[in-house]
Amino acid sequence: MEQVTHAGPGPSAAGAARTGRYDIRGLAEPDATAPETAVITGQSAELDAADLTTRQINLELRRLLAAGVTDVTLLNPRARHSIAVGLLLRCRIRISGSLGYFACGLIDGPEIHITGRVGWSAAENMMSGVVVVDKNAGSLTGAAMRGGDLVVRGHVGARTGIDQKGGTIIVGGNAGSMTGFMLQRGRQIICGDVGAGLGDSMYDGAIYVGGAIASLGVDCVEAEFTAADEELIDRKFRIYQLDRPASFRKFTCGRKLWNYDNLEPSERKLVL
Amino acid sequence: MCGIAGIIYKRGTGPIGRDMARMLQAMKHRGPDSTGYALYGEPGEELVMRFKLADPVDTRDFSFSERLARSVREVESRLAKIGATIDRIDGESEYAYRAMFRYDGELKPLADYVEDVPGAEVLSLGHSLEIVKDLGDAATVSEQYRLDGFAGTHAIGHVRMATESDVDIAGAHPYWAYPFSDIAVVHNGQLTNYHQWRRRLERLGHRFQSECDSEIIAVYLAQAMADGASLETAMKQSLADLDGVFTYLVVTGTALGMAKDEMAAKPLVLYQGEDIVALASEEGAIRAVVDREIDTYDPYEGEVMVWSR
Repeated sequence: MEQVTHAGPGPSAAGAARTGRYDIRGLAEPDATAPETAVITGQSAELDAADLTTRQINLELRRLLAAGVTDVTLLNPRARHSIAVGLLLRCRIRISGSLGYFACGLIDGPEIHITGRVGWSAAENMMSGVVVVDKNAGSLTGAAMRGGDLVVRGHVGARTGIDQKGGTIIVGGNAGSMTGFMLQRGRQIICGDVGAGLGDSMYDGAIYVGGAIASLGVDCVEAEFTAADEELIDRKFRIYQLDRPASFRKFTCGRKLWNYDNLEPSERKLVL
Repeated sequence: MCGIAGIIYKRGTGPIGRDMARMLQAMKHRGPDSTGYALYGEPGEELVMRFKLADPVDTRDFSFSERLARSVREVESRLAKIGATIDRIDGESEYAYRAMFRYDGELKPLADYVEDVPGAEVLSLGHSLEIVKDLGDAATVSEQYRLDGFAGTHAIGHVRMATESDVDIAGAHPYWAYPFSDIAVVHNGQLTNYHQWRRRLERLGHRFQSECDSEIIAVYLAQAMADGASLETAMKQSLADLDGVFTYLVVTGTALGMAKDEMAAKPLVLYQGEDIVALASEEGAIRAVVDREIDTYDPYEGEVMVWSR
């Protein structure tokens, strides 16, 4: 898979006797160029990724979006890592199949629909847009996410939305341990059961859980479920056409660990 | 980082050597230093012993091959002396061998006696287990040891990125649960109470060939099973007894098991199909043997699962 050679421009492509693929930037495919194999029809395009390398797929996606294509269908992603990352334009991408780790990370704008499963760290650091996953997701789903909606219809692994700073994560199934670990802002809506340590060390934001809770993490407390919460959940579930449990419990930060303005005794001496 | 993989055929035998090589090669980026296979063929009356008499990183002096030949003869005579009826001893690589023999006694004295030969290490011993490990990626090792034609029922494998010990065969997984027949383990993670467990197991008379924490998991489980626990019970107990972050796979003559620690910090993707169960650190490895869209999921923290044939 990684042994595809490219006759692209650049000094490294010149020497036919070149054996290694050493690159000072540490890139596995330093000479990759967009393969230009997508079939474009008006504003839409279809890209078969079966014989392309990871970098070629991402370069081709970027080429299509820059050329004004707004609707891309990606076929045969074959569970590869780091697909559809760093896309900063509004567009629709449909990925038929499963992706590996770091899928759709660092995106700002796209609406992405994945018909399969994703591995660890999907939609990491998403700024805005929508990512919908039809099957399961691995751990660290939506890590450090800042905005947009991330919807997983199946189950997710551990530490969902670790360090999340905005946006909404919706999980149709169960979630593993330490869900919402260090959550700073934003919402998580988990329809099924959650593992131990829910919302451990969360700073702010809210976690809604429809199923059973193994245990709460440090400084995570149950809060009153209001009409506004009901309305928000209802609206989100209507948008994504999800079945919702009859009731949710809401969890927020207990603010026992909020010591931002408090100086340590030794520091106080220095300041005063 | 390291990558682990396991596969078990629900019915009959299959090209287990070829399938495991494909799975491991798909995870080469997780560990290119060494690759290891624990393969289960059809169990026979005879015992199969895989052993090595030198390491690929050893210095090749003038008497290297002469010394190897002498060591093989020594192993052969020691096997005969301890009461084994040798069927055959084949050279599998320059320094690794495969012996088949009949033997009814305790395995430990036999394995100890063989390892007493300078440079010798028994990689595996059992009626169906065969461990093959060497430096290089999965394809290199598979080609070197001609694993393409290996038919069997289940297997585990490991690609290693050495972080805490040398790049050599002693540091490569899988580990045989010396001296328990037909048990092996691969592991991704770190055990933080390794030294405690190593001392405890050493006091029970076990020997450890490597400085690798994964080796104790194999011996720990085998010892628990020798004390009467089932594989599943032993694995559940290991979650409480072993500290650190780990995901490990264990194989016996008839079963394949997985366990994940309570932090779920090391990945594992599981596919349960009609004909096979396959597990790997990445879905890409499973897709190397099941090349279509499949339903997979990550087992949760503290989970123990066992598939038997």
